[in-house]
Amino acid sequence: MSTVVLKDIRKSFGDVQVIKGVDLAIEDREFCVFVGPSGCGKSTLLRMIAGLEEITSGELKIDGEQVNDVPPAERGLAMVFQTYALYPHMTVADNMAFSLRLAGVSKEERYQKVRDAARVLQLEPLLERKPKELSGGQRQRVAIGRAIVREPRVFLFDEPLSNLDAALRVQMRIELARLHEHLNATMIYVTHDQVEAMTLADKIVVLQGGIVEQAGTPLELYHHPRNLFVAGFIGSPKMNFLNCTVSAVEAAGATVQLPGGASLTVPVHPGPLKAGDQVTLGVRPEHLRPSETGELQAEVMVVERLGGETFLYCQLAGVGMLVVQADGEVATQVHDRIAIKLNPVNCHLFTADGMAVERAIRHPLADLRRPVARKAG
Amino acid sequence: MATQTSTSSAATALPAKRVGRRSVNTWPLLSPSVILLFLWMIVPLAMTLWFSFQYYNLLSPEVAGFAGWDNYSYLLTDPALWTAMINTLYLVFWVLVITVGLGTLLAVLFDQEFYGRGVARLLAIAPFFVMPTVSALIWKNMLMHPVNGLFAFFSRSLGLPVIDFFTDFPLTSVIIIVAWQWLPFALLILLTAIQSLDHEQKEAARMDGAGPFSMFFFIILPHLARAISVVIMIETIFLLSVFAEIYVTTSGGPGLASTNLAFLIYLRALREYDVGGASAGGVIAVILANIVAIFLVRSIAKNIAD
Ligand SMILES: Nc1ncnc2c1ncn2[C@@H]1O[C@H](COP(=O)(O)OP(=O)(O)OP(=O)(O)O)[C@@H](O)[C@H]1O
Ligand SMILES: [Mg+2]
Repeated sequence: MSTVVLKDIRKSFGDVQVIKGVDLAIEDREFCVFVGPSGCGKSTLLRMIAGLEEITSGELKIDGEQVNDVPPAERGLAMVFQTYALYPHMTVADNMAFSLRLAGVSKEERYQKVRDAARVLQLEPLLERKPKELSGGQRQRVAIGRAIVREPRVFLFDEPLSNLDAALRVQMRIELARLHEHLNATMIYVTHDQVEAMTLADKIVVLQGGIVEQAGTPLELYHHPRNLFVAGFIGSPKMNFLNCTVSAVEAAGATVQLPGGASLTVPVHPGPLKAGDQVTLGVRPEHLRPSETGELQAEVMVVERLGGETFLYCQLAGVGMLVVQADGEVATQVHDRIAIKLNPVNCHLFTADGMAVERAIRHPLADLRRPVARKAG
Repeated sequence: MATQTSTSSAATALPAKRVGRRSVNTWPLLSPSVILLFLWMIVPLAMTLWFSFQYYNLLSPEVAGFAGWDNYSYLLTDPALWTAMINTLYLVFWVLVITVGLGTLLAVLFDQEFYGRGVARLLAIAPFFVMPTVSALIWKNMLMHPVNGLFAFFSRSLGLPVIDFFTDFPLTSVIIIVAWQWLPFALLILLTAIQSLDHEQKEAARMDGAGPFSMFFFIILPHLARAISVVIMIETIFLLSVFAEIYVTTSGGPGLASTNLAFLIYLRALREYDVGGASAGGVIAVILANIVAIFLVRSIAKNIAD
């Protein structure tokens, strides 16, 4: 059992408030990922949980116990740093055993634990090496190993993969997912990388400017973003936004007037929405497709062919660019004029203040959770 | 000494990737400086060697000519040489211990945030900019003087007997003065080294449960090993030839109690006008320096290289 609960956590550096009241509950064995633009306070929040940064106000509870004033080593957490922060003069084994050595664990027990962790991470042949004799991926594994031997209640990761090359990052990502299942531990993970967040997380926390914009399962954030910021932040390429006017409101949805004249009924619970309101229609590139019967007429300005799929950057007269994800087989060329088909079920509406209008149909996978892991053998 | 260090630094540069050899002949461009440096080194050395095999005393010009090993056997059988050698090593050793030890502790202290750190740092570095002669004079006349000195004033006001430093503890006094001068150097190098310690490494150690002591012994000290080697190496080179401090304070006395090799050579050459004997002393000093260099610089250079 290891839960982490944050209650109205705030942090100021001098006069500048960096974290402006974060409430968050991280469940036992959950893989929680913090994402957000650079400088939004992800690392600061993580470091406050770790105890490396003082909490200005608010309450931090681990396993129901307030730990605001508990020193980092006694919180039962382990942290993996972006730069690995291995001790360069110690061998891999000594690096991993350092915390146990400080805790006065006997030499035999220490090396037993180190060997166990090394086996999990396939570090056994490297135990006698110094960090500088390792590759980036191996160093990262040692840093994770150093965390594992402590058997912490919660693992903290601050952009652990960002110093690795793309291929290695994919590999380490998979290893991390495996490790999470194997260790059955609570993990908090900071990243810039969309794919890492979507693939690893049980819960994604989107931060901006020191506040939580939304927290939820990856697919909840993808299908039911709470506001324009989350909608734009999750998904790549970014969601397309079109300014529209509401022409009619019924129980089944809101009908909006698209640029170019066509109208579309988006299945939402309209709430206080009424005819004449200005709204933003959001639709992801993967939910648009070129079609004879499309509602939007546009000129293709850039074509990016990735093989399996093709991104069309289209100029919509008087509105701006629209990104369309088309099949890899389309022969569309630059400056072709195409019609783009919208599927109302996949459209989002945002009111003028940027908040999402609740969608009528909840996506069936939005509340999907990872099956509770089997007991680690 | 100089050749020693340059070969060792060449050795460190070796593992670096060689860029493809240029076809241009660089010798004409290099030769002026190489020849100049070579002459600069070889002429005094050759002259010293030459004089060390001559009878050459300015007080008795009638005794001249080839002396064979006489100067050397005279010196090597002279108990003064052994005293001076032991004094030299003793001085080097203790100054190193004091400067490196205190320098490390001060570096850790000055790495912390505290009010007035900038001024404190400046004050701690300042002694390095004082000329050795001047600082020795200050220590002699204003601090350690048995009548006018500050230390004497303190012990008098506490009712304790006054210590006459230069009479009772001549070598220790010299060591204190020299250590005071070289402490800032050690501090400067070690402080820069400490500041280059990765911040996340310290945080990782904190998360691993390291308190201030474990942090110092397991993280900071190993990180400083290389810088400490550099300090030891450079200081040794200079400390082997300490002269001004001895000249100004004790003049090597009482007796030979604070005479080191450099000072002995001076005594022989200029007090006794025995150029031949002094040159032999110089050659012995060069040999001694190289013995130290072989042991010390080699091992340290290896440490730095990896
Ligand atoms: N020690 C500090 N003193 C003053 N301001 C700080 C300090 N540490 C962080 N900040 C500020 O707090 C804000 C959040 O920083 P933080 O490092 O948490 O961002 P981040 O979300 O981790 O960004 P990135 O994705 O670039 O790592 C930034 O605006 C930063 O300038
Ligand atoms: Mg960060």
